[in-house]
Amino acid sequence: MFKPSALAYTYDGSFEGLLCCVFESYTWKEIPLAVHSEGEEQGLLLESKWIETDKEKAERVLKSIPLRISPEAEELVRLGFWSNTPGKELLLLNFLYLGFKHGRKVMNMLADDTVHALQKAVQQLRREGHLYLGFVRFSVYGPVMAAVIEPQGYILPVIQEHFCDRFQNESFMIYDQTHEAALIHEPGREAIIPLSGWIAPEPDEAEEAYRRLWTGFYHAIGIKERRNERLRSSLMPKRYWKHMVEMNGSNGVPALADTQRKKALQPEPPKTIGPLPASLRQTNTHT
Amino acid sequence: MDVMEKLEILTASAKYDVACTSSGSDRKGQAGSLGSTTAMGICHSFAADGRCISLLKVLMSNACVYDCAYCVNRKSNPVRRAAFTPEEIADLTMQFYRRNYIEGLFLSSGIMRNPDYTTEQLIAALELLRNVYHFNGYIHVKAIPGADDALLSRLGLLADRMSVNIELPSQESLGILAPDKSKISILKPMGLIKDRITENSSDIVKYNHAPRFAPAGQSTQMIVGASPDTDYQILNLTEGLYRKYALKRVFFSAYTPVIEDSLLPSLDTKPPLLREHRLYQADWLLRFYGFQASELLDEAVPNFNPLLDPKCSWAVNHREQFPVEINRAPYEMLLRVPGIGVRSAQRIVKARRAGTLDFQALKKLGVVLKRAQFFITCKGKPLEGLKVSEHTLLRSLMSGQQLAPYQPHQVEQLTLFDDHYAAALPAAGGWAEFKKGAEA
Repeated sequence: MFKPSALAYTYDGSFEGLLCCVFESYTWKEIPLAVHSEGEEQGLLLESKWIETDKEKAERVLKSIPLRISPEAEELVRLGFWSNTPGKELLLLNFLYLGFKHGRKVMNMLADDTVHALQKAVQQLRREGHLYLGFVRFSVYGPVMAAVIEPQGYILPVIQEHFCDRFQNESFMIYDQTHEAALIHEPGREAIIPLSGWIAPEPDEAEEAYRRLWTGFYHAIGIKERRNERLRSSLMPKRYWKHMVEMNGSNGVPALADTQRKKALQPEPPKTIGPLPASLRQTNTHT
Repeated sequence: MDVMEKLEILTASAKYDVACTSSGSDRKGQAGSLGSTTAMGICHSFAADGRCISLLKVLMSNACVYDCAYCVNRKSNPVRRAAFTPEEIADLTMQFYRRNYIEGLFLSSGIMRNPDYTTEQLIAALELLRNVYHFNGYIHVKAIPGADDALLSRLGLLADRMSVNIELPSQESLGILAPDKSKISILKPMGLIKDRITENSSDIVKYNHAPRFAPAGQSTQMIVGASPDTDYQILNLTEGLYRKYALKRVFFSAYTPVIEDSLLPSLDTKPPLLREHRLYQADWLLRFYGFQASELLDEAVPNFNPLLDPKCSWAVNHREQFPVEINRAPYEMLLRVPGIGVRSAQRIVKARRAGTLDFQALKKLGVVLKRAQFFITCKGKPLEGLKVSEHTLLRSLMSGQQLAPYQPHQVEQLTLFDDHYAAALPAAGGWAEFKKGAEA
C-alpha cells in the first residue's frame, strides 16, 4: 500500500469531489492524513492540497467501484457520504483502499475497524431515514403540502422514493433545515434542490382543525396505567419532537406560540397547484 | 356530538387493543389513489405509554350488546357511547394519512344489534374508503365472531389484515369472563380467514388481477393476567395458533383493570407488564429463533422466571450443549446463544467467511459478550480471564437493567430484586442446578 503523507486534502464537499480525492491519492500513491471539505475548520498543521472536482475523474472512480468491488459497495459509499459521521471522508477513502485491494470480500470483513465504522455510520443513517418515514408531518396548504425536518444525516435521498410513490398524486415539499435542501414533488416530477431559510406558512382553519383532532387522538390512545416516558423517549428521541404536531404542546392543544412567532414572517400561502417549486421558493425570497 | 368528542370516546374505547402493526403487506402507490404499504411497517408516533402508533385505531361504535366482564365497553358499564358514520371515518383516515400522521386505519367495533349488522357497517365504511376515496394505504379490520361467512369474505377483500381476538387463553376463562363468546365462535372465523387466504393465493397464480384477500394475513390477541392461566398454557396455545391457523402475530395484552368485578383482579392491580414482556420474548423465540414452546416451559415449571429472560433460562438448563465454537457452529446453534440475536448471528456467518473471529471481533458484530461469554469459544478458547463463578454468572445473565423501560415506576424497578422475586428463583428455570453447575 502507499505510504501516508503529511498532507491534508481539501475538496469542494461534493460526492464527485470526494471521488476525485480518491483519484488523486491513487495518482500520487499517497495517503492523506486528513480530508476536509471547503470551508470546514482545518485543525492540523498539515500542508493542504486543493483537489479540483473533475467530472471525468469522478466518473472513472465511480465506475470502478461496482466493477472491482461490488454494487453493494457503491451503495455503501454513497450512503456513507450522506451520513454525519465525523471524518467520513477519510473513512470512505480507507474503505475504498481496502475494497480495491480485497475486492468483493471487503463486504464480509465486518470485523475490520474501517468496514465496521462505515457499516455503523450507514446503519445510523438508514435508521434515521426509516424513523422519518413515520415522523415527517405535512401541513396542507390548499392543494399543496409541506413538511420541515431537522435530521442529523442527509436522509432526503433515502426517503425520496417512499414519499414520491405514496403521494404520487400530490404536490409536496419536504424541507431539510439542517442540510438546507428540499425534496420537491409534483405529479410526474421530482427533485432535490438547495433551499435555505424557508419558513412554513401559517396553517389555515381546516389545517388547524385536523391538527387538533390528531393531537386529541394522540392523547386518547395512550393507556394511563402504562405510562412510560422512558420507553417513549428511547423509541422516539426528543430531538424529533420539535416538528411533530402532537408533541408540540401540552394537554392536547397544539401550541400556538410557534405559529405566532412566525407570524411576522408569514408569507402568502401558495394558491395554485401549478408550479409548486416556484411558489414555495418564492416564499424564501420574502424572508 | 362533534367529531372531536366522538374521536376521543371511540379511541379511548379502542386503546386496549394491542395490535398497531402495519406490516406484512407490500403495495406500491397507484395513479389516482392515495397511499401505499410497506412490508416492514412504519411507526408514526409513540404514545406516552411507549406503544407505537401506526394506525388510526378507533371503534366504529362503542355500544355493545355483549357483557364481557373484562371489557371497558361491556353493556352494563356506564360509559359514554358514540358511533362514527362511514363518512366521518373515511374523512379522518384520508386527512390524517395525507399529513403522514398514520399508516392507515385499524377499525373495530362493539356489537351493534348483532354480528351481521356490525359487519355490514364495517364493510360500508371500508367500501367508501377504498372505492370512493381511493384509499390505498393499510387497513386492519376486526372480524366479528358469529357474522355470516359471506360477509366476512367481503370484509377480507377490503382489508390488509384481519384479526379475531381469542380474548382469553382458555375455554374455562372464556366461560367465566365472556359468557357471550365461546372458543368455537372465535375459532370458526379464524379458520374461514385462513381458508380464504389459501384459496386466494392460488387464485392469484391463476389470474393476475384477482383481488387480494387480507394480504397481510391475520393476527389475534389475548389478555394476560385477568384469568389464572399459566404462561405454559398461553405459550402452547400461541404455538398451536401459529401452526394451525398460520397466524402472522399473536399479541398479548397485560390486563389493565377497568371495571370492578368480583370475577376479576381488583381495580388497584397493576398491569403485569413484566409477564407480558416475557411472553413477547418467548413469542420471538418461537417465530425467529427456532424454539418450541415445550423447550421453554413445562408442567413442572409453568411460568417464566422474572429475573432471567426465556433464552437465558433455556441455556442455563442446557449447559451440555455449550460452549459453541463461534467459527464453526451452525447458524441455528448460534441463535440459541444468549447475547446473540438474529442480526448478530447473520453477521457472524457473513464475517467468518472473510477470516477467523475472536472476541474483539464479536463485539463489533453486535454480540452482547456480557451474556454470551459463558457459552462460546473463539478458535477453541474461552474468553481470557473468564471466571464462571456463581456471582458473575448471576449478575451477567440477570436482565434487571434492560427491563427498566418495562417497569412503569422507579420504585418498582428497585423492588425487582426484592425477596419475593428471589424466592421465585429456584422454582423457575432450575436455578439450583444452575448454581451447582456454576460452582463446579
